Amino acid sequence: MAVDFLYPPYEVIRNMDRCISCRACERQCANEVHKYDVDFGHMVSDESKCVNCHRCVSLCPTRALKIVKTDHTFKENANWTGKAITEVYRQAGTGGVLLSSMGNPEPYPIYWDKLLINASQVTNPSIDPLREPMETRTFLGKKPGKIVRDETGRLVPNLAPQLELSIPVMFSAMSYGSISYNAHASLARAAQALGIYYNTGEGGLHQDFYQYGPNTIVQVASGRFGVHKDYLNTAAAIEIKMGQGAKPGIGGHLPGLKVGPDISRTRMIPEGTDAISPAPHHDIYSIEDLRQLVFSLKEATNYQKPVIVKIAAVHNVAAIASGIARSGADIIAIDGYRGGTGAAPTRIRDNVGIPIELALAAVDQRLRDEGIRDQVSVVAAGSIRSSADLLKAIALGADAVYIGTAALLALGCHLCRSCQAGKCNWGIATQRPDLVRRLNPDIGVQRLVNLVTAWDHELKEMMGGMGINSIEALRGNRLMLRGIGLNQKELEILGVKYAGE
Amino acid sequence: MKRVYVNEKWCLGCHLCEYYCAFANSGKSSMVKALKDHKIAPRIRIEERNNISFAVSCRHCEDPLCVKGCISGALTIVDGAVHIDTDKCVGCCTCILLCPYGALSHSEAGAVQKCELCQKNEFGVPLCVQGCPNKAIVYEER
Amino acid sequence: MDYVIIGNGAAAVGCVEGIRALDQTGSITVVSAEPYPVYGRPLISYLLEGKTTEEKMLRYRPENWYKKNGVALLSGRTAVSVDSAAHQVTLDNGAVLPYHKLCFATGSRPFVPPMEGLETVEHQTSFMTLDDARRLSRILGDQKDKRVLIIGAGLIGLKCAEGILDRCASLTVVDMAERILPNVMLPHPAALIQKRMEDRGVAFLLGDSIARFEGNHAVLKSGKAVDFDVLVVAVGVRPNTELAAQAGCAVDRGIFIDDHCAAGPDLWAAGDCTRSHDISNGSDRILAILPNAYLQGETAGLNMAGGSRAFTKAVPMNASGFFGLHVVSAGSYDGQRYLEEDPETGSYKLLVTRDDRLVGFILLGDVERAGIYTSLIREQTPLSSIDFDLIREKPQLMAFSRSERAKKLGGVQR
Repeated sequence: MAVDFLYPPYEVIRNMDRCISCRACERQCANEVHKYDVDFGHMVSDESKCVNCHRCVSLCPTRALKIVKTDHTFKENANWTGKAITEVYRQAGTGGVLLSSMGNPEPYPIYWDKLLINASQVTNPSIDPLREPMETRTFLGKKPGKIVRDETGRLVPNLAPQLELSIPVMFSAMSYGSISYNAHASLARAAQALGIYYNTGEGGLHQDFYQYGPNTIVQVASGRFGVHKDYLNTAAAIEIKMGQGAKPGIGGHLPGLKVGPDISRTRMIPEGTDAISPAPHHDIYSIEDLRQLVFSLKEATNYQKPVIVKIAAVHNVAAIASGIARSGADIIAIDGYRGGTGAAPTRIRDNVGIPIELALAAVDQRLRDEGIRDQVSVVAAGSIRSSADLLKAIALGADAVYIGTAALLALGCHLCRSCQAGKCNWGIATQRPDLVRRLNPDIGVQRLVNLVTAWDHELKEMMGGMGINSIEALRGNRLMLRGIGLNQKELEILGVKYAGE
Repeated sequence: MKRVYVNEKWCLGCHLCEYYCAFANSGKSSMVKALKDHKIAPRIRIEERNNISFAVSCRHCEDPLCVKGCISGALTIVDGAVHIDTDKCVGCCTCILLCPYGALSHSEAGAVQKCELCQKNEFGVPLCVQGCPNKAIVYEER
Repeated sequence: MDYVIIGNGAAAVGCVEGIRALDQTGSITVVSAEPYPVYGRPLISYLLEGKTTEEKMLRYRPENWYKKNGVALLSGRTAVSVDSAAHQVTLDNGAVLPYHKLCFATGSRPFVPPMEGLETVEHQTSFMTLDDARRLSRILGDQKDKRVLIIGAGLIGLKCAEGILDRCASLTVVDMAERILPNVMLPHPAALIQKRMEDRGVAFLLGDSIARFEGNHAVLKSGKAVDFDVLVVAVGVRPNTELAAQAGCAVDRGIFIDDHCAAGPDLWAAGDCTRSHDISNGSDRILAILPNAYLQGETAGLNMAGGSRAFTKAVPMNASGFFGLHVVSAGSYDGQRYLEEDPETGSYKLLVTRDDRLVGFILLGDVERAGIYTSLIREQTPLSSIDFDLIREKPQLMAFSRSERAKKLGGVQR
């Protein structure tokens, strides 16, 4: 066996006093870490295969297992860290692009954690959401610039199509292919139960999920997978995916191996062929081109569906957003660099794009400055981890947020970041039937509903504390935020004062 | 009446139900104490083959053959649930010969054992159901 | 409505429970020759073996069962005549029981063939009732010094042998047949069971029979002789059909009944005294087994109380064990045979199919989940609708279709 210089990053610690050799760990690990050794008469593990997904830990009925980071080290070096060295070894061994998944895990600043929320004291009363009305319902779409009345004085109904959200949270785009049928079913059913929306991603819409159309946003991406008339008309809204926070500037690639009969049918591509999403839309090289696609889609759906344009947060995001607002899009979705993915080149995921907090603030400000903020709604995405992040996003100017990673966590994801391997032990990022089965949507739906409902409670509590009783009054209300540990430039871009000011 | 129902669509073949069952009926205070170095003889058993698996335990039939055929009167219906009085049971296997589900088995003690819905132990709600990670086994009215 | 049940065994219990399922108020009278509450007859060998006690045995149904079900138990009484025209039963004490509906649950009695010198034998008994068991136990005492001769190598004789072996100085079983269990086993598995019993010390004299007794000295037809202290006659049983015949029911060995267990106008019959239709081979015969008795009794009871229930799934079956070797069998053995045997473990498995149906099986050793096989016979499941290879491998629900499994495991079972 060739020496590959790679040492397993984790160790599987089994408390032999507790292990009853029930072999649940063995049966549940798709990576085949655990094994019952007949000669020894007890369980053994091969930690080199472990991805630290905690499936075994969670299911062990006697809590006999834990996974720890190995304390095996290279000679200490602040520059050539163990990770940097290991990645060189890996590439020297394979000659390949490093692949990873989920969001950027690197220690960049997290601006949400440097923003503090206001509360009422003395001069304006706080509101108790349990006793007084508190509105977290919100509408996404173009708002009329002015009210128009006819000769008789009646209102002219000139409202563009809207998405009505009972809570300003939506499940972000995750394709059938990147995630499993059962994960999709969970998201769809939860969206319906919550009165919000989930997003098909670019993998088309499985025929079983057409029934959730009123709570579905369908995506049109560069590969145009699964796009047809019914697909568009079934949905509540259509999203043109221009970019994704985890991998701005590049496309996607679903290996042919994962394109089974169901996915083939859903994506409208031959079975077993690679599903390649090109980096650009080959028909879009300008805002004018984008406008053509926006209106093609509107035309195809009789101007009854709002059109969303999703972009990755990149350097000149504000100018791009301005262009999108003028392209006829109803909603702009901005995906920050911590947004998740089912597979991305590690270097791109970890080095390309900018934080959603700064992008969002810049876009909101730019649209206001240009007087076109009402022409579009803004959806922030790319690592909204809690109701506090949600509230801060709205205060920075978002109309709503997309959550992807948080939703998957609710479904059992343990952020092992090995989606690209297709062996998700939690039944989420896999197409292997025995693994997909592990996610029972009855459980998944309940957990998603619980999560979003809990966030709604917290959001109302925090809004009440600020003396605010509607999303409208919170949106872009940066006076409700103060910065801490931020420099002047950051404060300026975020448009917030420093704590104490 | 609530019964244990199994949906093979969600069964992972993890066999945890068997271990929770063995523990629940062990009378021991912890699973480790009950099952460490112990070959289990649970009242719920997994059948598995080619990626299909499902648990089988007493169906608590409304018209149970086992109860009718029992030669010692050890099997009775208590509020809809089929119970066994292991003291009366002589281990003759007539119930094993009669049950269309294969849900009764010999216990380590010699008598026949079967699922009694955890009504006779401290758990009250079947522990196999509580321990099933994927709701493949549920306890409900149908 | 007045119901009278003659007999107090499993069929009678089934009958009472059947009646009470539909009629909670009618009067029920049970006439019992034995002075005990109902007990499971097959338990008597387990009683002698110490696996149960009289007290437990007599709780086949709870103590208050007769009271709770409003049953008047006339215990220690026998019915001597039935006047079906007058709807009356006369008892041995002269009492007359009027009835609207009558069920014969009269069971069977031991058959003792004429044997020369039998009357000279000291210490002899049949082996059928609790009194027989008590008698045998008393004779055996606890000195382990008695030599026992059992005539009959059927289930009753062999279970008796198992029950008392540890309490005997020696034990010999004689049977006219060339092998043991001639009525329920095929030759080979019978030989395996015989071997097991011989290993434990039971002696067999097969293909032989008693020529004469000279006191407690038996001379066999072969010329062999056996000295013994205790004689158990377990040659067979005869159904108690006299009352039914007198009442006008058709009788040929057993009482003829239809699939509602009706034997005549306002007359029903259930249990060992009746002829059953064995669906495993289409024959009509006596199936003297407890589950059958209960099911027939219940059917009779339900119909007596005005219901309509047919019992069409009678199958011969036996579950037993001989010195730790579990033995179960059901159905009949004419047809295509599938045999698996492991001489190492002593396990034996025979499945018999005919016309796309499982019609019989014998399992020795591993009997777990045998009911799945029985069910295939009872339900006459077409084997083409299941995976027979899997069923051959072992009894398992995996052999059924997914939708059939969903019904079995996801629905309420009748």
